[in-house]
Amino acid sequence: MIRFTNVYKAYPNGALALKDVTFHVAKGEFVFLTGHSGAGKSTIMKLLFAEQSPSGGEVRVSGYNVSALKRDEVPRLRRRLGVVFQDFRLLEDRTAEENVAFALEVTGARSDTIAARVMRVLTQVGLSARSRAYPRELSGGEQQRVAIARALVNDPAILLADEPTGNLDERATRGVFQLLRDINNGGTVVVMATHDLDLVRQTVYRTIELRDGTVVYDSDVDEAAAGAR
Amino acid sequence: MKLLTREALLSFRRAPLLSVLSVTTIAFSLFTVGLFGLVAINLREALRGLEERVEIVAYIFRGTASETIAMATQDIAAFPEVRDVSYISEEEALRRARAELVEFRDAYRDLQVNPLPASIEVRMNDGYRDAGTVGRVAERLRGFGFIDDVRFGREWVQKLDHLRNLTGLVGIVIGLAFAAVAVVIIGVTIRLTILQRAREISIMRLVGATNWFIRGPFLLEGALKGLLGGLLSLVLCYAGYLLFRDNSGGTLSGLIFFAPEHMILIIVFGVLLGLGGSMVSVGRHLQHV
Repeated sequence: MIRFTNVYKAYPNGALALKDVTFHVAKGEFVFLTGHSGAGKSTIMKLLFAEQSPSGGEVRVSGYNVSALKRDEVPRLRRRLGVVFQDFRLLEDRTAEENVAFALEVTGARSDTIAARVMRVLTQVGLSARSRAYPRELSGGEQQRVAIARALVNDPAILLADEPTGNLDERATRGVFQLLRDINNGGTVVVMATHDLDLVRQTVYRTIELRDGTVVYDSDVDEAAAGAR
Repeated sequence: MKLLTREALLSFRRAPLLSVLSVTTIAFSLFTVGLFGLVAINLREALRGLEERVEIVAYIFRGTASETIAMATQDIAAFPEVRDVSYISEEEALRRARAELVEFRDAYRDLQVNPLPASIEVRMNDGYRDAGTVGRVAERLRGFGFIDDVRFGREWVQKLDHLRNLTGLVGIVIGLAFAAVAVVIIGVTIRLTILQRAREISIMRLVGATNWFIRGPFLLEGALKGLLGGLLSLVLCYAGYLLFRDNSGGTLSGLIFFAPEHMILIIVFGVLLGLGGSMVSVGRHLQHV
């Protein structure tokens, strides 16, 4: 589903955000991207949803080559992804329901199917009762659930979550994380960037650790190597 | 389409102040252009009145046979530049002089012999009243053997020429300058709207909306603002027109307003300004993010 091959990313000032990053993510996987701020987690996320293109190497996402993506192919790639951020990125002047519907409307979904699809994902994230609330009337955890619902409504093959629990308290963090696990259990690839190591240690999911733009640990590769010894 | 309209109208509701600002900017820019247009068309109208009086007077040698004159008159009337020709006999000339030159009435009355020559007056067609053409026709008249002298107020015709060219030029220059200012201001106000909605645009891009889909509401919004601005500018122009016409003490009572096609032109221009301004602003924004 995701294939990074010798990826480099240079900032305009010449500094390298990513140095020779290679990893693959298979269908159905749940992957943590960890590391300090500035280690390159967000850059990998941005390459994944074609917000940026790599300076060198190849990035393939869900069959698209991000390195050689044409301008009009970007929207098509993004419709196969769901993206969630630390700051939720909801529209303040629209209700939960409208925020989710917005993602369908702007991609040209048939209007008679929208309401049902919106209700289905809001139910899935546990917010069907609060569908008419505005973001300011919702807690942080609830707002992130709305954002996740919006990411899910297009039935993405891959869900990208960039520090999704960064602004949440412990209880809300557990709830959102459980939701992401449920989504993964449904077959969706989840890539979650986080520096919350407690969360990472609780689980057995694959972990890729970055430091200064390079992969310093990949549980998949390193454990396989340990097993072989 | 329904979504497009809804999103475009939503921005009016969400940012009423900015929308009003955009519409009034367009309206005042077009108002300025429109006022100048009004001055230009009224000046042109006034000049047309003056131009119609451009004529050539050819004085005829005493004793020329009336058949010769009649034939020549027909010839001259057939010139493409000439609208009509009239023959003024010696008696007619004297009668006119008596009527028009009141001071000399007595002098003319006591005359034993009529000193005034007969003449033919040539009036020019539309579009042939410039100094060059009038001069050429005058020269041709001089070629007739029975013509003594030709007068056509060369300087006056030339001045009229200059005035006409100048108003045309000033109109175009000032009109273009104001239009350019309008485009810039509209671009800026729409840019403000876009910045205000940058978050929304970024989310649209994130969930995979195409650039055309993102542009749509902004373009419609720009066009709508242009339409409203154009209409408002016409209202302002009409108010200005009434103000001038009715407070001039009658000297400007002949002022004319835009013909319907001019009004449509102004509105179309407004729509194009709004559309152009938003196209540039959205295009630049989409390139940067």
